[in-house]
Formats: sequence, C-alpha cells, structure tokens
Amino acid sequence: MIYNKRPVTHNTNIKLVESPGGFEGEGFGAMQLSKIVGLARKNSIWPLPFATSCCGIEFMATMGAHYDLARFGSERLAFTPRQCDVLMVMGTIAKKMAPIVKQVYIQMAEPRWVIAVGACASSGGIFDSYSVLQGIDQIIPVDVYVPGCAPRPEAILDGILRVQELVESESIRRRSSPEYQELLKSYGIQ
Amino acid sequence: MLDNKFVFQKLHQKFGEAIIGYEENYDLMAVYADKNENLKILQYLYDDEELGFKFMTDLTAIHYPNNIGEELIVTYLLYNMPKNFHVRLKFALDIRKPDIFTASQIHPTANWQERECYDFFGVNFVGHPNLIRIMNVEEMDYFPLRKEFPLEDQTRRDKDDDMFGRDSERFNMGNLNI
Repeated sequence: MIYNKRPVTHNTNIKLVESPGGFEGEGFGAMQLSKIVGLARKNSIWPLPFATSCCGIEFMATMGAHYDLARFGSERLAFTPRQCDVLMVMGTIAKKMAPIVKQVYIQMAEPRWVIAVGACASSGGIFDSYSVLQGIDQIIPVDVYVPGCAPRPEAILDGILRVQELVESESIRRRSSPEYQELLKSYGIQ
Repeated sequence: MLDNKFVFQKLHQKFGEAIIGYEENYDLMAVYADKNENLKILQYLYDDEELGFKFMTDLTAIHYPNNIGEELIVTYLLYNMPKNFHVRLKFALDIRKPDIFTASQIHPTANWQERECYDFFGVNFVGHPNLIRIMNVEEMDYFPLRKEFPLEDQTRRDKDDDMFGRDSERFNMGNLNI
C-alpha cells in the first residue's frame, strides 16, 4: 500500500525535567512546595515582548523554528501584560516611551521578571542623547541584562535561561518581603 | 519651464527691498527675505500662475549661534510639482524674539512641521492653531537642538567624559551668552 511507503517517525529524543527530589514511596511523594512551584514556574514562562527596534528582529529569530524558544517552555507569547511572567524589553526606549513601559510593567501580575535585551534597553547604548532613556532600570527593576548590539538569538536564549534560574530558586515569600516592597517603592511603584 | 533666475526676478520685482539675498547650491536656489513678509511671499509663490509653488516639502530651522541678531534661520522648501522645480526660502530671526507668522493657513502641512520646529528650536509661529511640542516629552523645558544645549543625556554618571569626547573646552561655541 502506497501510504505505508513513508513511515511516520516519531521524535523520541524528548527531555523531561527531573524531579526536584524529596521523599518518595509507592503511591506518594513528599517534597518542598517551593521547589514544586519553582519547577512549574520555570518551565512555563510566558514572555511579553516589548520590541521597539532591531533587537526585536533578533527576538523574532529566537522565536522561530531554528532557535525555537518554545523548547524552554516559553511557547506562548502573550501581548497582554496581565497574563505574562517575563517582560522582555528589546530596543531603544525613548523618554516619551518610558511611561508606557512602566505602565506595562505595573499591569503585570506578580511574580514578574524583566529582561533588558541589548545595549539600548540596558544602558541607552550608542544613543547617549537627550531624547533616549539611559537604560530601562531607571524606571523599572531589571532581573537580567543581555548584552550585545543586537545580541544573537543564542544570547537571548541564554538570558531566558538565566531568568529560569532566578525563577527556580526564588523564595515563594520574596514578593511580599519588605526588601522587595522597598525596591518597588524606590521606583515609585505602589 | 522655470529656472532660478526667472523665479528670483519675479520675486525681486514683486517684493523689492524685502528680498535680502540669493544663493545657489548644487543648482538649488535659496532666497533670503524679510521675515515679516514671509506669508506674502508664500502666498505669491502659491497663487502666481507661472510660479505655482503649491507643495511644501519641508519646513525647518537652523541655529547659527555666532550670527548675532540672526541666530535662527527658518527654511521653507517649496515645490512646483507639475514643473518639478524647488525653491528654498530663508528667514532670519533674532533668538531673543523668535517670532514669525505661521504658514499653516496656506500650506496645511506646515501645521505639524511648525510644531516640530517649535519643539526643537523654540521658534514661535504667530497665529499657529496648536503650537505645542510634537516629538519630545511634554515636560521638557528647553529646546534641544539649539546649540547651547548639550546633545548628551545629562543624567548619566557612568561615562568618562574624556572617553566620549565631552570636553567642553574643545567645543567652542563662540562668545555665546544667552
């Protein structure tokens, strides 16, 4: 029969995350809740791309089939801040755009993380100019900086992996700690 | 067809003393004129059947800090589309009183161009319907493309001036004090 000539090959090279460890027996397991939560959060980060210039083009390559950010659990981009975990700011942020970035950050639900991708988002880059914000960390707290102008997709992937490390190891009480509240207050958020 | 000489002669005949100067760069003519006559000149260039400059390509300003009394030059670039011919008009303003009449009633495109010109150079277009900043943040309290203001963002502390060419000694503004 003709349709049997090209048999379907299934990808068997699938890697699953390992158990965080704990006390396991037949039919039950006991482990730290924070580790389970960290594991779940880490492997399903939803990015919110805030792409204003050329770094956004690199991000599009990162999301494409070749580099495939979806491998790391960030399959779904959402363009609404209310559903997202990681704000990825990619590109030059003009001072006129700064309140919009901040508004997007405020609209995100806790826990939330921020990656500054590329020289412009991290420090203003070559645009040492009256009209350009000299790094988004002037208006919102940043967790990971990805250097480069523009960074290659591998670098952006590395940034995502660094955020995963932060997400995995973050204490579930961090967001209500006085230090964190103090940090937000220093940016004038709540 | 139009040529530089013809256009200049027509303007000179009509406005006489108000036409101050003439220059030509790469075959593109520029006419210096009295800023109080700017609307009449634009209207004449628009209405005259032989001239017919009915399209404003651009409107901007230039700051020459050393031309005392004529620091700001407002430039109009007009275009006759059927005849494919450009003419530049230049009007000199005193930076202490940078007033010029708005062209937005003759060329509606001048509305936003004049707002941009106001935003960056502080040119006050008298009679403009909505003269507010268009590009920069509303809180900005200076006109960034005037030469006395540094281009760089002044909030940064992490850049070594020597490494980034920010030597104020080397950048000579002339004897400018405003």
